[in-house]
Amino acid sequence: MQRYTDVICSFCGTLCDDIEVVVEDNKIVDVKHACRIGTAKFLASNDYEHRLLKPMVRKNGKLVEVSLDEAIEEAARILKDATKPLLYGWSSTSCEAHSVGVELAEELGGVIDNTTTVCHGPSVLAIHDAGYISCTLGEVKNRADLIIYWGANPMHGHPRHLSRYSIFPRGYFRERGQQDRELIVIDVRKTDTAKIANKFIKVNYGEDYELISALRKVVNGGELREESVAGVPREEIIALAEKMKNAQFGVLFFGMGLTQSYGRHRNIDNAINLVRDLNAHTKFVIMAMRGHYNVTGFNEVLSWQAGFPYAVDFGRGYAWYNPGETTANDVLQRGECDAALIIASDPVSHFPRKSIEHLARIPFIAIDIHPTPTTQLADVVIPSAIAGIEVEGTAYRMDAVPLRLRKVKEPPEGVLSDVEILRRILARVRGEEALTAKAEVAK
Amino acid sequence: MSGLILKNGYVYDPLNGIKGEKMDICIENGKIVEEVSDAKVIDCSGKVVMPGGVEIHSHLAGGKVNVGRMLRPEDHLKNVYPKTKLTRAANGYSTPSTFLTGYLYAKLGYTTAFTAALPPLMARHTHEELHDIPMLDKGALTLMGNNWFIMRYLKRGDVELAAAFVAWLLKAVKGYAIKVVNPGGGEAWGWGRDVRSLDDPVPHFDITPREIISGLVKVNEMLALPHSIHLHANNLGRVGNFATTLETMQVPNGTKPARERQVLQLTHAQFHSYGGDSWKNFASEAESIAKAVNSNENVIIDIGQVVFGDTTTMTADGPMEYYLSSLTGLKWANKNIELETSPGVTPFVYSKRSPVSAVQWAVGLELALHINDAWKVLLTTDHPNGAPFFKYPTIIAWLMSSKYREETMKEVHSAAQKNTTLATIDREYDFYEIATITRAGQAKSLGIQETKGHLGVGADADVAVYDINPEEIDPSRDYKLIEEKFARTSYTIKGGEIVVKDGEIVKVVQGKTLYIDARVDESLEREVMRDIDYYFKRFYSVNLANYPVQEVYLTNPTPVQIDATNVR
Ligand code: SF4
Ligand SMILES: [Zn+2]
Repeated sequence: MQRYTDVICSFCGTLCDDIEVVVEDNKIVDVKHACRIGTAKFLASNDYEHRLLKPMVRKNGKLVEVSLDEAIEEAARILKDATKPLLYGWSSTSCEAHSVGVELAEELGGVIDNTTTVCHGPSVLAIHDAGYISCTLGEVKNRADLIIYWGANPMHGHPRHLSRYSIFPRGYFRERGQQDRELIVIDVRKTDTAKIANKFIKVNYGEDYELISALRKVVNGGELREESVAGVPREEIIALAEKMKNAQFGVLFFGMGLTQSYGRHRNIDNAINLVRDLNAHTKFVIMAMRGHYNVTGFNEVLSWQAGFPYAVDFGRGYAWYNPGETTANDVLQRGECDAALIIASDPVSHFPRKSIEHLARIPFIAIDIHPTPTTQLADVVIPSAIAGIEVEGTAYRMDAVPLRLRKVKEPPEGVLSDVEILRRILARVRGEEALTAKAEVAK
Repeated sequence: MSGLILKNGYVYDPLNGIKGEKMDICIENGKIVEEVSDAKVIDCSGKVVMPGGVEIHSHLAGGKVNVGRMLRPEDHLKNVYPKTKLTRAANGYSTPSTFLTGYLYAKLGYTTAFTAALPPLMARHTHEELHDIPMLDKGALTLMGNNWFIMRYLKRGDVELAAAFVAWLLKAVKGYAIKVVNPGGGEAWGWGRDVRSLDDPVPHFDITPREIISGLVKVNEMLALPHSIHLHANNLGRVGNFATTLETMQVPNGTKPARERQVLQLTHAQFHSYGGDSWKNFASEAESIAKAVNSNENVIIDIGQVVFGDTTTMTADGPMEYYLSSLTGLKWANKNIELETSPGVTPFVYSKRSPVSAVQWAVGLELALHINDAWKVLLTTDHPNGAPFFKYPTIIAWLMSSKYREETMKEVHSAAQKNTTLATIDREYDFYEIATITRAGQAKSLGIQETKGHLGVGADADVAVYDINPEEIDPSRDYKLIEEKFARTSYTIKGGEIVVKDGEIVKVVQGKTLYIDARVDESLEREVMRDIDYYFKRFYSVNLANYPVQEVYLTNPTPVQIDATNVR
């Protein structure tokens, strides 16, 4: 029996690093401190029945088991034969995998994109325009006396966010924890997070932008003439604006309720500027509630290697970035890519129909842990080990704090890490000798 | 690996007192040697040979640099290099991609570079980026001027515990030196505030910037770290800030350096040498600062030169970046980092038509020209704050030619004439002095002069060869040629291998990563670990076990061992 402490949960962007895991006979038998969904991920690693264990290649319309070498060979062939392959997914694997992915995309002259494209893409666009006034989560824990979640429901999406970083923990300047803080939730419906808030403000669906503008007006000393804005009465808006101005340290967490509703990146742009306005009066910061555990890491790696956070097209030999043109769904819907590699993601379950129709038409490779609708549709399927449970690596928390993922058990026999799989594909694309199993992950 | 002989070049090697003598440099197994038998000969006649350049302060890598990239996609649509057989696709102007950073430094003849500000909690990120910067040996100045542990220890007068903490921290985050940025101001920024003088108390910590600086100077000398403390003083960029700067330079008075170097490097001094009392009468006080440096044995500066154009400012000085962005109205990024620091980023354009930019441009050059001893001046642009580092050749040309300065002065706002002394200076740097301020001085300041910054036997074989014939070219007159030739080496040699030839990358190599591994007294270490443990459990958002950076993140990890067990 082996007990591991300080394990990092590779599920959501909260990236809790205090998990205890007990392993017996290469099975996880106990998980402490993780939330329900985190625990489920750890325990699911035991379940080989629902794992992908064997590489497969589609032959005569059917996926048949093949050797790993054959699957790698076929994957490399598909990618090499393509003029513009799309490399998509990435948010649930390590930065080391991202790094090889970028090199592969560059080698192929392909497009590389991650799930940012369907979650916080609008936040990234807003950052290009307005900036990003933020902090690490420990700052929130130590200083924040006013916490706002807007269009985010951490009770479901990021269960330990509230207890580790925001409303519940005791902090250096907030010794009494929750009693020293106030929680406000702004959303279109009364979520479970809203139920525990000191105040819930219900905003009309699709009118977040108007509410943000009204708040900015009051914060900047303007007079609000409307009786109500976005369904919120004038007095409530004025009271909220005053509360924000008078906080010692305020934080605005926002989720997909704000990025994916009417207004999209303009909502975020406006929210960032609200926070900027507030900085003339007090300390205020803003943070995106990133979903997948390493969606942030991909944005970081691609930025330092290629200069842009997502949606990069290497077709010209250098990085070209134009969201709306180079984003995965646009590339698919224009029918522009003629092959794809999907890794650690299930777009067939989540993408619009038109995108999936094109994906179904082109040859593509899926690398994943579990069978998904995407792996079922793929032409090459390569099983991979679970980063953060079966292999080490790096991941970035939603506030971009980088952590080293731990390995607590061995992957199923013959199953390689994403890094190793991608390295082998890259080597074959370049026509180098097939790498042997000995070529271990360098970092 | 067979050897190399660089034959018959004009060698400038200030650490060995060699001033343009015609010499052969022999290389074997990555080192400079007395002689070598089986060697490839490179004809360097009619060329200048210098040690590889050493960068001491450049925002190369890490969270803040990447925030700059994310903030400014427009910066990456220019300066674009397609992938080649040898090099990766690369782009970016003021915040170049990691690969481009390595390639561009190598083309300038630089072979070593230190990143200016590593925030400990984000250290893993900095090292991930350093890992992806080829061509250079690397290290990281580590932010400590607003660290809660350090402020608390120094407040209590526990300098020994502060030293033990610093030793632990450098090893944990694989850092190289103590960097102090706006001491106290970074913590105040946690509440949206700043400190504006050396005696402004830091909110809740009841310590002053003066006490933080003098405490860290003591700690640095107790540990006898290779580099001195590296200080970004309070009030950066503010009108009239020279008074704070002068006062700051006095703080370590009476301190004896533990090694043969300064006790204080005042970084990007250009941004700290301003007079006037409003933007309307903004003026240079470079001469006062230079005088003070001339008469102070303890202090050296790096310039932080401004070159006109578009750039991205980024510092760990959060309140300053906010102030700057509120002056320009441009987009602004901020990131308070728990218990440690608070960086910010905002774009900036230094315009020739702006009186302020014109004065800033002059101030940097005045400093370099008024400080008599070139060993006290290091060439930096505080990349990318004053300009991207690849503008160094232009600055070198300005320093070598008063005519070039005059020509430029004609193009810029008359404030450069009226509010600075630049027009009155005739001094021109020679090649020896240029070699001093771009490599030898840096190596000495960093304490790596045994192997870096010179061409004596035993040095690392890092060499730059420039296509300049000092007997034919008159830099004073041929300044355009100087600018052109320093921008692309004939050869850059890194660790004995030719990596650049005629301005093109011919080989991609991975450098070393230097960090401090200082051993302190065991009982002291136990005591400090108790505090670290207590604070991590309560106030950090990561567990202590997940904080240290593993060596796997470093290319060729190279610990510098320090025995500090006498500290108790
Ligand atoms: S909150 Fe997220 S990271 Fe933390 S245990 Fe739950 S799923 Fe894992
Ligand atoms: Zn700097």
